[in-house]
Amino acid sequence: MKGMTTRQKVGWSVITIVVLVYTLGPLVSILMTSFKASGDLTTGRFLPTRFVLDNYEQIFAGSARDLFLPALRNSIGITLIATVVAVVLATLCAYAIARLDFPGKRLVLVSALGVSMFPVISIVTPLFNLWRTIGLYDTWPGLIIPYLSLTLPISIYTLAAYFQQIPWDLERAAQVDGATSFEAFRKVIVPLALPGVFTTAIIAFFIAWNDFVYGISLTSTSAARPVPAALAFFTGASQFEEPTGAISAAAIIVTIPIVIIVVLFQRQIVSGLTQGAVKG
Amino acid sequence: MSETAAAPRTGTDGASGRRRATRQKPPLSDRARAERRLGILLAAPAFVVMLAVTVYPILQAFFDSLFSYRLTAPDQRSFVGLANYGVLFTDPVFWRDLGVTVLITVVTVAIELVLGFALALVMHNAVKSLRGLLRTAILVPYGTITVVSAFAWFFAFDINTGFVNAWLPVVEDSFNWFGSAAPALTVIMLSEIWKTTPFISLLLLSGLAQVPGELTEAARVDGGTRAEVMRRVVLPNMKAAIMVAVLFRALDAFRIFDNVFIMTNGAYGTEVLSLLAYRTSIGRLEIGMGSAISVVLFLCVIGIAIGAIKGFKVDLASGEGR
Repeated sequence: MKGMTTRQKVGWSVITIVVLVYTLGPLVSILMTSFKASGDLTTGRFLPTRFVLDNYEQIFAGSARDLFLPALRNSIGITLIATVVAVVLATLCAYAIARLDFPGKRLVLVSALGVSMFPVISIVTPLFNLWRTIGLYDTWPGLIIPYLSLTLPISIYTLAAYFQQIPWDLERAAQVDGATSFEAFRKVIVPLALPGVFTTAIIAFFIAWNDFVYGISLTSTSAARPVPAALAFFTGASQFEEPTGAISAAAIIVTIPIVIIVVLFQRQIVSGLTQGAVKG
Repeated sequence: MSETAAAPRTGTDGASGRRRATRQKPPLSDRARAERRLGILLAAPAFVVMLAVTVYPILQAFFDSLFSYRLTAPDQRSFVGLANYGVLFTDPVFWRDLGVTVLITVVTVAIELVLGFALALVMHNAVKSLRGLLRTAILVPYGTITVVSAFAWFFAFDINTGFVNAWLPVVEDSFNWFGSAAPALTVIMLSEIWKTTPFISLLLLSGLAQVPGELTEAARVDGGTRAEVMRRVVLPNMKAAIMVAVLFRALDAFRIFDNVFIMTNGAYGTEVLSLLAYRTSIGRLEIGMGSAISVVLFLCVIGIAIGAIKGFKVDLASGEGR
């Protein structure tokens, strides 16, 4: 803020505050709800009259524990596996697209674009039916496989964009020195591309972490139900107990990793999203 | 080329097609042939998986949509041709849900475009010391789970747990936002807009970055006001970015599901197409009719995409990964 007039300083301060209120307001609101005791929920006030941890106790040790903890485990496991699989496949694919001359390159890109526009709900019905027949309903693989339809296309795009910017002369130099195409790929390009791969993994993770449609359609028990779907079931879980507090606490728990990742890697995420999405 | 590309989908037929196509062309050098093989080898797994989890199910959905088929009575499955579509297109519920979906799409995309552009301008013009903070703040809604956003907005407006009524001077404290269509849709759209505006603003930010600095400077030197420079120079130069942002968001908004499910579950005329499909197949286990709705939704999305690409004359694939 150096070298600015006082007016500019005031202006930018106001703008920053407005942006922060907009982006963080709803989350602060649910955070405050999560600290309210059950009798405090209906006061019509933003802040709790007294900050209590009852709701967190409820989801980690109390009555909502058996709903929340398995869901948290499922969410973490399924999302991480779907992310790793997507990023590995997309890395190979994007390298080929950015670097090698082969027929069908454009078709792969157009398909990725098409798949990224695909309405998830359209394939839920046939998958629901098929998974019940072949025993994938309510299992981890039963969610990991459809999650690839969400994570693969954007991973291919983001990585292909990254791979454009790598100095390819290095690869050629390695090949001149006697390395095969694959060796050059593994030893020269992969280390250069790792930051891009990491960013892509973050974006893919966000998308899989966010899923709700597959989560409620293709699971029925805590065996595979992820957190967003489980949150929807908190509502009906207890008839005499207000689920608002437990839902808020659980919502905060699954938002914490997102906030940490965003704070640490905002620069990379922004460049990954903008490069992958808009080039045309 | 197209034969090779189709190989993963058609299995063995495609493999022989590839051999044929290679034979007809002038012989390739060993190196070029090795490169082609490696390229196909590396790209094929991602390509095959991507299509296997989307193309196969949608074909299955189309097939199932031709049957009267309930999971509650699987033995009575019978071929009915296009009858499911006939029932669907004469059902006022379908048209109401389509109307709600279109309304949500148009309103949210329009607001997000304006809001997203404002945020993009803020990020673009901010001094270095603020840039990181602003970007971090703007990415938080992007990363937040939609269901979490839905609950946050729902609890804030809900008649029992909410505080918004107390804050808004013109609204009665006893006003129930989720008791009728218009206010409920308003909150649903607020949540949708909050969560997805960051994405549109990032797309527009990269569009802004592509506008040559000399152009805007020259226009300023020539005496153009800020507004004129924006309208005559900046906006025309980022037309492609705007079109891509609108297309992506419109398709995304058309698939809206999570916010509606959490806040109203489709009550009071807030049901959208995705929710109708979900309730028909997963809720009532009517696979035939549910598949028909799925197919219609899919065709709508295809229609929007083709219409937008043709109408905007933006070649989405050409700039990508090249």
